Amino acid sequence: MAFSLDFSSSGGHSAREKTRGRVLSIPAVVWLVTFFILPLIIVIVVSFMTRGSNGTIVLPLTLEHYQRIFGPIYFPVFLKSIWISLITTILCLLAGYPLAFFISTRKSKRAQNLALFLVILPFWTNFLVRTYAWRMILGTEGTINESLMNLHIITQPLQLLNTQFAVLIGLIYGELPFMILPIYTSVERFDFRLVEAAHDLGANDWRAFWRVVVPLTFPGVLAGCILVFIPSIGAFITPDLLGGTQGLMIGNLINQQFHGTGNWPLGAAASVVMMGIVMVGLLVYARVGRRG
Amino acid sequence: MAETVIPTRIQHKDIVIDQRKISRDMATRRAGKIGLIIEPIVGYFFLWAPILLLVIFSFNNSRSVATWHGFTLQWYNNIFNNLVGGDTTFSTALMLNSLGNSLLVAGVATTIATIIGTMVALSLVRGNYPGKQYIDGLLFLPVVIPEITQAVSLLIFFSVIFDFVNKTTGAVATPGFGTIIIGHVAFNISYVAIVVRARLADMNPRYEEAARDLGANEWRTFWRVTFPLILPGIVSGGLLAFTLSLDDFVITFFNSGPGTTTLPVFVYGLLKLTVTPEINAISTLILIASTLLIGISIAMQGRNAASAA
Repeated sequence: MAFSLDFSSSGGHSAREKTRGRVLSIPAVVWLVTFFILPLIIVIVVSFMTRGSNGTIVLPLTLEHYQRIFGPIYFPVFLKSIWISLITTILCLLAGYPLAFFISTRKSKRAQNLALFLVILPFWTNFLVRTYAWRMILGTEGTINESLMNLHIITQPLQLLNTQFAVLIGLIYGELPFMILPIYTSVERFDFRLVEAAHDLGANDWRAFWRVVVPLTFPGVLAGCILVFIPSIGAFITPDLLGGTQGLMIGNLINQQFHGTGNWPLGAAASVVMMGIVMVGLLVYARVGRRG
Repeated sequence: MAETVIPTRIQHKDIVIDQRKISRDMATRRAGKIGLIIEPIVGYFFLWAPILLLVIFSFNNSRSVATWHGFTLQWYNNIFNNLVGGDTTFSTALMLNSLGNSLLVAGVATTIATIIGTMVALSLVRGNYPGKQYIDGLLFLPVVIPEITQAVSLLIFFSVIFDFVNKTTGAVATPGFGTIIIGHVAFNISYVAIVVRARLADMNPRYEEAARDLGANEWRTFWRVTFPLILPGIVSGGLLAFTLSLDDFVITFFNSGPGTTTLPVFVYGLLKLTVTPEINAISTLILIASTLLIGISIAMQGRNAASAA
């Protein structure tokens, strides 16, 4: 096949054409290396440096910030963030799998597209606005509390906002489509005649589901889990707007170091540890994916 | 002595019908069917209720967000005529100024990211050179690294650079539009490249071959054949970048300077304080704007698919 920029099969110009193909990638590579990779390296370096007198970053190198992160004040926040992200991932999976199944089993292509569109549209809208909607619903004078009080079910407003529960709801709400989309893709590819075959061989629905449907849609489940887990662990807006002091996550800790008390090296170290958690997540994904 | 087992004829009495197992299986099936009806209803309700409530109560003739007191446009009137009272830091001028800033940042960042992203997509799909997989990995990074990490690393990076510039030349640089735009371009390149790449991969390469056979050089082939064919992909990639840039809060929040507040950063300041019908009104307007942008982008991709073959 002779592409316009690929003369590999027609000899002669091949070297020149190949170089030109490479030239087109240079601006992107330069931009991303300068403004993405280099800053990440600087963060790692800064995380080992000392905080100077008026918020400056100075030598000597130290492990102090990592010691603080694994110490009694900050470490629980890290554990809680991991815990909240895992729960979010599991609940998104439980809610998202049947929904993805529902979408991909619509009979006409039109109905399928509509069902899919109805999932995607809310998540294309501004994240801040969507999170604010939950502030409105969960607040002391919010939709739920006022409605329950109007119905005389409760007399005192419930504390729903500024709790871990609110953070969990907000995260599930924000990340659910990321779970549904990859599962939808793999269920859509699934050949439902395999279920019939399982039935013919004597499996009931339960067994056919676990032994045939789940293993074959597993890549979608795995991709969905990683796509939900990563933004959850890095969440900042959701815990900030819905969590209060109870729902503090790593994102808030980092923000405090850069907008509040101002220990930049500590914030950098927290970012590095967060990246580490993401890397572990990606490694697990690659491992399990290869075995599956 | 080899003994062969001769299968005996299956007698009617050998067939055991486990009535309990059958009824259990039927119950499982019924439960599954009911579940597959109820779960999507709950799921769609969960996804849509917050947004619909937000929009509905932006027209409510009361500050309540639970009971309906009649239709009003008062809150929209308030935000456009600087009539928002209370302890908020709201002013119409500030809101419009931050909207202007948002459009400026998104416009410039989208233009740069669309050009660079399209180039790298062309390079990856049509080029053939060693090391392509590293560029792939590089483009994948901004999609998987948490936003707050990108934001913080850019903030430290710029501060180190500005410090260095200040010490060596005495010039004073501060974060502002430049730093925000650089950050937005960095994450947008990947998204543009993904969309344009998909379009290029769908495109029939024979059109390009035909142009080459008819004597067009590479440059001419690109502008007369490839570019018009992938244009819908470039436009929808650009619209995606524009929307992401317009919506971005985290990277802007960490990298903006005085006077360069964008709309999301401005809105965030309001959200932190309280829930008011005026914020519902602003939120509704933002919802409408981003839905329109996405609608256009999806329509473009539809045309994409239609003309790709």
